[in-house]
Amino acid sequence: MAAQMSDAHRRFLQVLMSHGIMEGAEARKLHRRCCEISKVYYAQDKLDDFVSTINNQLQPLFMQIRKGMSEVDGRTHYALVNMAETEITKMASDYAENELELFRKTLDLIILSENGFASSTDILNSADQLKTKKMKKKEAEQVLKIFVDDKWLSERNGEYTLHTRCIMEMEQYILSTYPDIAKKCNICHSLAIQSQACETCGTGMHLPCIGKYFKTQSRPRCPQCNDFWPYEIPGTK
Amino acid sequence: MSQRKRSRGSGLTQGDDEDFSVVPTQSPSQVQRNLESRSQEEINRKVTELVQFLLVKDQKKIPIKRVDILKKVIREYKDVYSEIVNRAGRTLQQVFGLQMVEIDTKHHIYILTSTLPRVEGENLKQDIQTAKLGLLIVILSFIFMKGNSAKDSAVWEFLRRLRVQPGEKHEVFGDVKKLVTEEFVRQKYLEITPIPLTDPPEFNFQWGPRAAKETSKKDILSFVAKMQKKEPSFWISQYNEAKANA
Repeated sequence: MAAQMSDAHRRFLQVLMSHGIMEGAEARKLHRRCCEISKVYYAQDKLDDFVSTINNQLQPLFMQIRKGMSEVDGRTHYALVNMAETEITKMASDYAENELELFRKTLDLIILSENGFASSTDILNSADQLKTKKMKKKEAEQVLKIFVDDKWLSERNGEYTLHTRCIMEMEQYILSTYPDIAKKCNICHSLAIQSQACETCGTGMHLPCIGKYFKTQSRPRCPQCNDFWPYEIPGTK
Repeated sequence: MSQRKRSRGSGLTQGDDEDFSVVPTQSPSQVQRNLESRSQEEINRKVTELVQFLLVKDQKKIPIKRVDILKKVIREYKDVYSEIVNRAGRTLQQVFGLQMVEIDTKHHIYILTSTLPRVEGENLKQDIQTAKLGLLIVILSFIFMKGNSAKDSAVWEFLRRLRVQPGEKHEVFGDVKKLVTEEFVRQKYLEITPIPLTDPPEFNFQWGPRAAKETSKKDILSFVAKMQKKEPSFWISQYNEAKANA
């Protein structure tokens, strides 16, 4: 039953758009608040239905409110993403040519890395070799900060990985651009940037997915090759 | 039936017969013919592109120039420009509750504003953006209470008392001078004009066109009244001005 678009839906969309991405609990609170303000019937715990109504309107615009999981804490997030099949469209209207090139280089470094992180040193070195327009290290640092503020990248200890929002938006693009290198989680089958991989067969999984999967096992084994899982299981400290 | 009647409104809300025609002598039947020569799909695609373009620019609070719309989105579909813009406006309203408002009628510059009723304590991004808006509101209040215009020295002195100084790097705002004199001006929240024949040069701070559209004198006066624990009517001339403005 498709509900009608109301001011409650529009308000929700405006707020989500200004945040870019929201945690599940926050989104549920926002759902209730928007219904209260616009005096629209609030169907408790029916956030996904509420979102569907909005998505029906967003579909002709190639946009969607998507649900995704954070690779860091496993929590559900809602993000407004661009579905157009062209490369990095949403970013493209916002940044200069050489800034986009720096982002692509950073993306390369992240995807090709073992642990899903690119060091700032490596990124800044590549800034020097941009084909569009060279960037000094200082300028590149500023641009990286903007990418972090805009939630395309996440920074930790001087290293950069993709923000949950970026993964949700660019999953398809990444999987099709890096077909043999980009990893998929063996459990949830989504793109995995940060992951742990079996030493024997290379099967990779998200850390939160590993935590959930191995909760029920006494001696953790790889789901593919059955070898003992060599690492500490996340969430068992 | 040659020219459309030009309306002198300062805002474009969908349905208004706003003069948008790039080719001034287009008659309604000409527009109709141009429309028919393009497929529905092509026009829909352009409408979608325009909506996305407007949303992205507006998220960064960058005012949108008609020149950029034509150059980057409309391109060879110039002849059906008004149709595309009208449809984009309807989509923005229907899906997002947003409308295009012209803040500069000479250079044709637009911003998007919400058509939803304003609510106190609406939870927009709770971070640097809200902090910046807080600073902005404080500056707008100061300017309004000073009679809609304040000298830069007065504004900086006022901010100094709030421990926000142009010379120092602020822990939240960073380069405050840049934020206030460049970012807020570029976003059309503030207007800073040099006062002629002053040496060293002095400047006048006033509300920018976006400030006028996104808030009101009434709201700002309420804010000041709340901060000072008085009734808005305590400030007679501002109160009357705010009433007249509503």
